[in-house]
Amino acid sequence: MWETKQMEEHRLIGRRLDNLRQLIVRMGGEVRDAVDRSMQAVIERDSSVAAEVLAHDDEIDRLELEIDRDVIEIFALLQPAARDLRFVIAVAKITPVLERMADHAGNIANAAIELNNEPQLTEYVDLPRMGARVSEMIDQAIEAFTKEDSGLARRVIAFDKEVDSIYQKIVRELMNYMRTEPTTSTRILQLLFVAKHIERIGDYVKDMCELTVYMAEAEFIKHQADAA
Amino acid sequence: MIATSGQAPARDKPGAVLQHNTERDQGTIENAIEVRDLNFFYGKVQALHRISLDITRREVMALIGPSGCGKSTFLRTLNRMNDTIPGSRAEGSVIIDGEDIYASGTDVVSLRRKVGMVFQKSNPFPKSIFDNVAYGVRINRMAANKADLADRVEKALTDAALWDEVKDRLKTSAFGLSGGQQQRLCIARALAVEPEVILMDEPASALDPIATQKIEELIVGLKEYYTIVIVTHNMQQAARVSDRTSFFLLGKLIETNPTRKMFTNPDETVTEDYITGRFG
Repeated sequence: MWETKQMEEHRLIGRRLDNLRQLIVRMGGEVRDAVDRSMQAVIERDSSVAAEVLAHDDEIDRLELEIDRDVIEIFALLQPAARDLRFVIAVAKITPVLERMADHAGNIANAAIELNNEPQLTEYVDLPRMGARVSEMIDQAIEAFTKEDSGLARRVIAFDKEVDSIYQKIVRELMNYMRTEPTTSTRILQLLFVAKHIERIGDYVKDMCELTVYMAEAEFIKHQADAA
Repeated sequence: MIATSGQAPARDKPGAVLQHNTERDQGTIENAIEVRDLNFFYGKVQALHRISLDITRREVMALIGPSGCGKSTFLRTLNRMNDTIPGSRAEGSVIIDGEDIYASGTDVVSLRRKVGMVFQKSNPFPKSIFDNVAYGVRINRMAANKADLADRVEKALTDAALWDEVKDRLKTSAFGLSGGQQQRLCIARALAVEPEVILMDEPASALDPIATQKIEELIVGLKEYYTIVIVTHNMQQAARVSDRTSFFLLGKLIETNPTRKMFTNPDETVTEDYITGRFG
């Protein structure tokens, strides 16, 4: 009865929620691009791409503010309830998560610029794999959110363990490298930062998926071990 | 005594009023009303279909649903207000204080004293403020003497959060009060006869936001001593004042749940459709 597009268009709040959905999807896409491109800047050693990521961060901040304003207006003027309420709550909580992900992408871009000023230490193998996995997680998290697919969200949450395990492997390898080649420690440190930022982005994707589960099922799975 | 902000406490009065409240204070949590398989007909038209619902003592139960869903009809079955409609008929049972109010021999006047009602439009009598409140006390012969009557009127007006506003003009016409004050006067009139349950049919729908807020604060205060069943079209009002909410549709009770659940994650899709305005 109510899933039809026509019904949503007739509802005053429906139009506002559609607009909010578009904004958060757009912000998610921008963040995914920022993460992709910051990793591209590291892997392809392209500082101009890193500079673009940093320059584009303002747009993500602008979207965050626009969504914040929208959320406040929807609460104040339209008093959402039930699934509408859960959707707006999820958007309100996902927006700062996305913004932090973008900040991490910016930090990766800064690290790329530092790294690209020096000769490459070693061929990157696990770092691109980790970056690709996290980008895929972001895509799927956005898809899970837009489709209100809590099953997909739970599967994405499970991928975070894989990202953590790649991160641990990278840390071990870089630490060994640093022990054998102490003069490379500055570059090693930058690479460790990059790996840590990607790992944190994976954690934020997990947070986003937990909020999608809340939105779809009205269940809080945060802080529940193995809830996914 | 009802705790309402800005109101002087009512005088504790030995006698029937205190006795009445003390008895209820000692009661355990139990159902004030138990409705079982209630059908209701207007002539051949069935307005309610097998409604079963327990209303807990001292809770605010909100009844919501679209126009014509049967929520007001249901409310009015709880003190047999529908009896006055020719051709109307109820089946099933409504148990209040262990007795089926639809059993033969029920004293309807006594029932309506026990289960008071406040209507959408305030309906003060063309009498003074004092006489409006004293009316039910007098016809039920509840006051021992004039002083007792005055005490009961003062207590009811205090409990209805109106005393401070009218104490200096009790002998003036009730029609001189504002809409919100008139509605609180009607609540005071209902309280004066010491009901156990108060039925409210859209009590604030004709009031401005400030008067509405006062009525809502009053409802929340009154539930310390009374069971309140309220019909409202204002979903946010139901959310603000009620402990549980029942959703009616086409004469059927679709869902009853704690209000906090009803407005965040109702069990039934059709309930969610209604409270989110997706109802087609």
